[in-house]
Amino acid sequence: MSYFQEGITWLNDPLNWTNPGGLLDRLTEHLVISFWAVLLACVVGWPIGIWLGHRGRGGGTAVTVANLTLAVPTLALLTILPLTPLGFGKPPVVVALAVFAVPPLLANAVTGLRSIDPETREAARGMGLSGGQLLRQVELPLAVPYLAAGLRTAAVQVVATAALAALVNGGGLGQIISAGFGIGMSNGGGGQIVAGGFAVALLALLVEGLLAIFQRLVTPPALRVRKRRRSAVTVSTP
Amino acid sequence: MTPVAAPADDGPGNPWFSWRYVHENADTIGTALRFHAGLTAQTVLLALVVAVPLAVVAYWIKPLTAPILALSGILYTIPSLALLSLLAPLVGTTSTTSVLIALVLYALLVLVRNSLAGLTQVPPEVIDAANGMGYGRFGRLLRVELPLALPGILTGLRLATVSTVALVTVGSLIGQGGLGDLILGGFRNNFYKAEILTGTLLCVGLALVLDLLLAGLGRALTPWTRGRAA
Repeated sequence: MSYFQEGITWLNDPLNWTNPGGLLDRLTEHLVISFWAVLLACVVGWPIGIWLGHRGRGGGTAVTVANLTLAVPTLALLTILPLTPLGFGKPPVVVALAVFAVPPLLANAVTGLRSIDPETREAARGMGLSGGQLLRQVELPLAVPYLAAGLRTAAVQVVATAALAALVNGGGLGQIISAGFGIGMSNGGGGQIVAGGFAVALLALLVEGLLAIFQRLVTPPALRVRKRRRSAVTVSTP
Repeated sequence: MTPVAAPADDGPGNPWFSWRYVHENADTIGTALRFHAGLTAQTVLLALVVAVPLAVVAYWIKPLTAPILALSGILYTIPSLALLSLLAPLVGTTSTTSVLIALVLYALLVLVRNSLAGLTQVPPEVIDAANGMGYGRFGRLLRVELPLALPGILTGLRLATVSTVALVTVGSLIGQGGLGDLILGGFRNNFYKAEILTGTLLCVGLALVLDLLLAGLGRALTPWTRGRAA
């Protein structure tokens, strides 16, 4: 248990928080990278998912293809992208994380639009709604719980995998951990490793909790019971 | 694993793929691939042995369903790097065990969720019929409920396997990442692209091969689902 005590000692030193490259710096970096990655993934994943779900065809294939990205290690994209014209620094990390955030967003959007009762759709058409109106006034509001669920999965996953950026010097909280391993376990790096691990885990749980509340807020009360059935839609790499 | 030096006469610049690299480092690559596949197999088997009974418990004892799902959900939320960095100091920084424990914990959630989903999808009429035929709780589980839940369990197994193959690479943080060691090794070795891409391609290939194998196994085990649309 001594490593955990070392970790607490490390966390108790204010300099470890405020130093350049300290916990606060890394946290900001982590959040900035995660924010852009999620935003990028939303901009790409949602329109495609909503369009496919609205069309009602090709959705299954898209979800299968999206799930295939599960097979690509995050580490691989994180190492490959900096060597492309994207260059080093934040952009390749953001793109790599966004690539893995698209599948949950896309799959949940497709599922959300597809799981709407066909009778509801018929009724809307019978009332004379055009395709665009149907999408905006009926399908999208009903799919909101799924879109929120996708956002939650994607965001938590991005925050979690952003830690891996440290392995390729991409910044973020993972950098604390890899720096600890750099110092070495016998030289007192253990405390820093544990502290970094705690920080990353806590951040992920915090984001998960906040987005769970957000998901509940945007879900209309009438839909809340049904939403439990969503659990097995997509599971993605942590 | 020591990074290999990039061969000087390996074509102009730093090619994305080089047969020469593959040929000259066949041993290293083979070892990494075997390690990767072995760790994946161990993880998935261990997770399956834990997950199915857990799902059955959650299925039988309804008040436990929510806590079991919530707990595995929380474990799943903890980032792999964090979990590894918390486990490694305890288990030993260079041992495979810490990677194995972390991987099993992640595979667990996928498997428990899908097994439970499979079990809860067994139609009540079927359970009534089984009861009427005089099956006890265990007989019904083994002969009726588990076979009917098999498609769900197999879906979970495939998802868990594919994501485990990808996750093993994170172990390269402590040099136990199998093909991930090649990927990271290449990055650290002056961005040697051939090594990175070889590791990546083998990783993806391994995941796809295992997925196809499990899909085939699933078809063989559940002949009654074949007529239905997927």
